[in-house]
Amino acid sequence: MNTHSSTLSARHRIGKFWQMLLAAATIVGILSLIVLIYNVVNEAAGLAVIQYSVDPKLVLPKPLDELTNEEMIAAIEENLSKGAYQRANTDQPFNTRTKSELTKFVQERVLEEEVKGTWSLTDSLFKADQIRADAAKNYPKARLEFRQWLTLDFITQPMSSNPLYSGIRTAILGSFFVIVLTIVIAFPVGVGAAIYLEEYAGHHWFNRIIQTNIDNLAGVPSIVYGMLGLAIFVRALEPFTSGAIFGILDSNGRTIISAALTMALLILPLIIINGQEAIRAVPNSLRQASYGLGATRWETIWHHVLPNSLPGILTGTILAISRAIGETAPLIIVGASTFIAFDPNGLFAKFTVLPIQIYNFTQQPQDEYRNLAAAAILVLLVLLLALNSMAIFLRNRFSNRL
Amino acid sequence: MTNSQHSTGHYLLEAHNLNIYYGTHKAVADVQFNVERHKITAIIGPSGCGKSTVLRAFNRMNDFVPTCRVEGDVLLDGQNLYAPDVDPVEVRKRIGMVFQKPNPFPKTIYENVAWGARINGFKGNMDELVESALRGAVVWDDVKDNLHKSGLSLSGGQQQRLCIARALAVQPEVILMDEPCSSLDPIATLKIEELMRELKERYTIVIVTHNMQQAARVSDTTAMMMLTDDRQSGTVIEVNETNTIFTRPKDQRTEDYVTGRFG
Ligand SMILES: Nc1ncnc2c1ncn2[C@@H]1O[C@H](COP(=O)(O)OP(=O)(O)O)[C@@H](O)[C@H]1O
Ligand SMILES: [Mg+2]
Repeated sequence: MNTHSSTLSARHRIGKFWQMLLAAATIVGILSLIVLIYNVVNEAAGLAVIQYSVDPKLVLPKPLDELTNEEMIAAIEENLSKGAYQRANTDQPFNTRTKSELTKFVQERVLEEEVKGTWSLTDSLFKADQIRADAAKNYPKARLEFRQWLTLDFITQPMSSNPLYSGIRTAILGSFFVIVLTIVIAFPVGVGAAIYLEEYAGHHWFNRIIQTNIDNLAGVPSIVYGMLGLAIFVRALEPFTSGAIFGILDSNGRTIISAALTMALLILPLIIINGQEAIRAVPNSLRQASYGLGATRWETIWHHVLPNSLPGILTGTILAISRAIGETAPLIIVGASTFIAFDPNGLFAKFTVLPIQIYNFTQQPQDEYRNLAAAAILVLLVLLLALNSMAIFLRNRFSNRL
Repeated sequence: MTNSQHSTGHYLLEAHNLNIYYGTHKAVADVQFNVERHKITAIIGPSGCGKSTVLRAFNRMNDFVPTCRVEGDVLLDGQNLYAPDVDPVEVRKRIGMVFQKPNPFPKTIYENVAWGARINGFKGNMDELVESALRGAVVWDDVKDNLHKSGLSLSGGQQQRLCIARALAVQPEVILMDEPCSSLDPIATLKIEELMRELKERYTIVIVTHNMQQAARVSDTTAMMMLTDDRQSGTVIEVNETNTIFTRPKDQRTEDYVTGRFG
């Protein structure tokens, strides 16, 4: 009895040891996630010193906040070149702009305000006094303000050479165009292949080779797809992907359609494999019931197999899409542009996408671009989180129906 | 469907020299037996002797097992179901099937019944067809207020009767049932048996069962299947009126089996 109970307590000790090890692994995972989010948020808001490059006393009759609309328009007309004034006026006539819009315009274009330095959120909260002293000493004419870098303007404004006014609108639109087109291409092809492989293809050696290849393609590094896209879509198919055969002559093959075709290739194996799994999960008894009533193969697939596997297929597709949204390497190779100030306007437009935009922000020498990168990362993360929640929702909503 | 070389005309369904293989394994050997119109024919025998395999040969459900190969003829009304010009989809429309485990579609009760009729081109009044099929399967009173609830919300016995109604709605000539009561409780089982006796007025039924009492209770004719001496293949060793099979079997093995001495 004694020897028995001592071995039992030893067994419990071993169990406890493993339990603690597993808990430690979980904690490491959660901690890294927290550090990641902290890092991003830490840069996405904080104190910034902002200074007018042009002394307001030289160009404005009185302090900015005391000017009337008319006085501001007069100042704008006086200090901008005729061409620039005209262009801004055709964008939106000055006499229809609100006071805050005009104030902003004066700050940006007349006084040419710029960021002189930024601090992280933690520093801004805990070392505010020291920062204030430093700023007063080094930039006596500047103002120190608490700035949130992720603003509505940041999301809705196009890129600009001044980081204070730069937004990610073109990158968001680019990502959106590329992803929608990718889905349009990859979803039907992928689901079609999944149906064929599961419901029609037998265990012929040829089909088995195809299956093995698809399984392996899912693991090919994305940069390889980039090389493939460059060779096929950008170079070989340039007359098509540049839109030349449709009469668009000012473009090369580095367009949205090339990017989408490359991304479609990249996620196709994922969609096929996930689709096959979802189709395989439809119980055979359902197919038999259908065939037993005198249904054809296609009727069985269309009325029973597809409706019952659709949630699984969609879940897999959404996960594939969220992978595509975050992909950077293949699109750099395919040739996403780095600076795009205009909205993409069709299949054959040059483009940039969010992750590339983020990469570009981090490559700039000025400090404040790090804040912009953090803000853009937040946008990307929220997007991905939304997509993944959708996938989880679909899975839970429909998984218990059979 | 033109082939009629063996037909005697007396039987609705005939199996001639049926050999069925799974790959190289001959699961069923030399099966020879006939099914009379408007009768219930039971196939009994121990597990694994090929009862389901034979049953599936009657409506070409074996086509879906890639390794399965059928040799010999199955005649429906004198027409060989395995002739090259026969469309197996047409065969399954004429010979319906009810499976071991109730398998209603994850659709409404109404849709469960209507779907098969609709894809087979039914043009009449669908509501009437659904009601008559559900009445035919004696499940109408259970579901008439819940036609738009999921078929999966029913109890096991109700689900099985829904599956029978679904088969009836296609208006087949023969209904094959593969151990239709094996997952049901005794009361549900009795209801299904009662239903089968009603159905034989209008349909011909072949039922596989390993429950001898059930065969004795419902069937008119019984086919006894058994593994051959090499224990590789199953075959029909005796077909006769059910009464005879259970009281005066000709084959010693049948007697051993029906009296429970089978080991
Ligand atoms: N899909 C299949 N693939 C391979 N062998 C099968 C398959 N179905 C049945 N068999 C084999 O055929 C024989 C008869 O099976 P089955 O017809 O299911 O018998 P029963 O219905 O009498 O229990 C068994 O040996 C079984 O292993
Ligand atoms: Mg069986």
